[in-house]
Amino acid sequence: MANPHRFILAGLSGLALWAALPANAQEFITLASTTSTENSGLFGHILPLFEQETGIAVRVISLGTGQALETARRGDADVVLVHARAQEEAFVAQGYGVQRIDVMYNDFVIIGPVSDPAGLRMAANAPAAMAAIAVAEAVFVSRGDDSGTHEAEKTLWANAGIVPEGRWYLSTGSGMGATLNTAAQLPAHALTDRATWLSFANRGDLDILLEGDPLLFNPYGIILVNPELHPHVKARQGQAFIDWITSQAGQAAIASFTIGGAQLFFPIAQ
Amino acid sequence: MTAIYEPAPAILPLTLENMGYSAGGVPLLSGVTLRIPAGRRLIVMGANGAGKSLFLRLCHGLIDPTAGRRLWATGAARAEAQAMVFQRPVLLRRTAAANLEYPLALKGIPPHPRRESVERAMARFGLSALADRPARLLSGGEQQRLALARAWVMRPQILFLDEPTSALDPSATRMIEEMVMQFSDDGITLVMSTHNLGQARRLAQDVAFLHRGQLLEHQTAETFFAGPQTPEARAFLAGDLVW
Amino acid sequence: MDGALGIALGLIASGDPALMQIIMLSLRVTLAAVAIACAIGLPLGAALALSRFPGRGAVIVVFNALMGLPPGVAGLLVYLLLSRSGPLGGLALLFTPTAMILAQTVLILPIVVSLTRSVVEDLWAEYREQLLSLGAGRWRAVPTLLWDGRVSLLTGVLAGFGRASAEVGAVLIVGGNIAGHTRTMTTAITLETSRGNLGLAVALGIILLALTLMLNAAAWGAGQWARERLG
Repeated sequence: MANPHRFILAGLSGLALWAALPANAQEFITLASTTSTENSGLFGHILPLFEQETGIAVRVISLGTGQALETARRGDADVVLVHARAQEEAFVAQGYGVQRIDVMYNDFVIIGPVSDPAGLRMAANAPAAMAAIAVAEAVFVSRGDDSGTHEAEKTLWANAGIVPEGRWYLSTGSGMGATLNTAAQLPAHALTDRATWLSFANRGDLDILLEGDPLLFNPYGIILVNPELHPHVKARQGQAFIDWITSQAGQAAIASFTIGGAQLFFPIAQ
Repeated sequence: MTAIYEPAPAILPLTLENMGYSAGGVPLLSGVTLRIPAGRRLIVMGANGAGKSLFLRLCHGLIDPTAGRRLWATGAARAEAQAMVFQRPVLLRRTAAANLEYPLALKGIPPHPRRESVERAMARFGLSALADRPARLLSGGEQQRLALARAWVMRPQILFLDEPTSALDPSATRMIEEMVMQFSDDGITLVMSTHNLGQARRLAQDVAFLHRGQLLEHQTAETFFAGPQTPEARAFLAGDLVW
Repeated sequence: MDGALGIALGLIASGDPALMQIIMLSLRVTLAAVAIACAIGLPLGAALALSRFPGRGAVIVVFNALMGLPPGVAGLLVYLLLSRSGPLGGLALLFTPTAMILAQTVLILPIVVSLTRSVVEDLWAEYREQLLSLGAGRWRAVPTLLWDGRVSLLTGVLAGFGRASAEVGAVLIVGGNIAGHTRTMTTAITLETSRGNLGLAVALGIILLALTLMLNAAAWGAGQWARERLG
């Protein structure tokens, strides 16, 4: 009791020390990827297989495509797996990445109120569906975050020859999940990848109104961050992951991931 | 028992030369010249606002004079081996015993002899039964006794007391006065302020009378109470001077 | 809500190791951040209370203002600091629990400093003459004042703990919400919300609230004990 503050100081130092201790010494790589792959549960399905085979853990940071590429550009990830082809090719062309390799694809779907107020089910293709939304001024919720999904949405508007603006067009500036939660509340239309949609639990009165247009094809590419630019990049382990996910074993693992019997991602590696 | 205390050099007498203090250009105390010899009981008297508390704080070294000098026998402006008991003592938020240990720990006295000193002091001031009680939860009289014990444990050569009984009831006041006398019996020099005339008569050997920041009289108690020389002191003793 | 409460109880009863790990990591990150913020903030706040120097007022205002620092901004600052392209990139701390502790420390420190300064300043006004008389100089008084202000200071520390444990923006940015590595209660809640698993998200929220409640109850009990035992 003589010097109680000394005990407290000692306790505080002990806690601080505990915090500074390294968590574990296992070999790992950092993978910057998109919310669609993480939220759907794909990584939870395939990464344990890779880790079992190689002993390398994969730490996934799930972000929008734009932010994922920015994280990799700063050298804070070893590998990127995203779905915005033009941005990916620019990333490699600027020397940030070694090479872009096709891994898999899923597709986008346009969702909206089951009652289909804008008549999307009648639309011939995706641009026609977007035009129908704009004409009816039916509410549409956009990611608005430069993600792969947002890029795909902008391409569809361009194909429809429409500049989306007005009270019916809402930009959330947030992730796919938050955008879907908003759409379910309103209810509103939105563009989403099928994987996130299938694994999304809070659908409310929303349903898929349009699917199957080749324009909605959504390819994922994988890129090793350039170790010449960022010498700390774990090139060997990162390459091991790329080799595995494009190998027969990796591709089979992707194909075997299903939700409610539906396959979400389709392997396309050569 | 004395081995743990360095035999401090004698710090008394305390000499005040034309000592004064002003704040913001307003003189609160001025021209005090006084010598406080060892072993005496000096009572500082005066009405409220006369400068008694300020005088004690200047002597004790809590404040430095803005004019004149304060000199201890060692030649230093400040001295160890002094203690002060305030009108409302600040007791630390810990047990009564821990309050006594605190100044000893500050002096670097090791735990074992420290605790012995504390036990002796607690016994001497009749506080042994309260040793483990939170100091802040003691009664007013007990708190002031604890403050005296804390002063005693510091082994001062001189003890300043600033109206130590003004907030206490008569029986607690009596007890504190007895304890103050014990300090004196131990050879400790006392400088105590009070505006209680009865108390001054009971305790004083010497009297310093302050009025509006001036030292008007410095006498032995007998002389002062028999016939004060200034009209202000006469009025004070007659109970006419309220401020 | 009934469903969420059921899920919460079921989760706890199951003792799911992934959940336990998330809870342990949340506690570890937040408690460590609180500990570090106290180790720095208590003496710093006390020093600020007792010292007089030009610009002191500005320093006080800055610390007061920093109490309102948005977690996202704190997270971004720490992110830029720890990024491989940032000044401390060589430490390879980004996306680790250590980075999360650092970010939360940045968030809590102003609370601890400001509150300590205010408590110690008031206490010093009351204690100054007595402590000087007992032989404690200004700097020796610091631990004494901190100890005597402990009950008030505990409130500030709890406020810091509350801010850290409820915070998601900063830990998400610098931790990355990596499953099994940097996923905390709050980032897991965000993730489950984005997956539309609102029931699970609320269930995790209930567990987090229960933990916060237990810690606050323990702290309050300790405060009461100290008050009764030591005044």
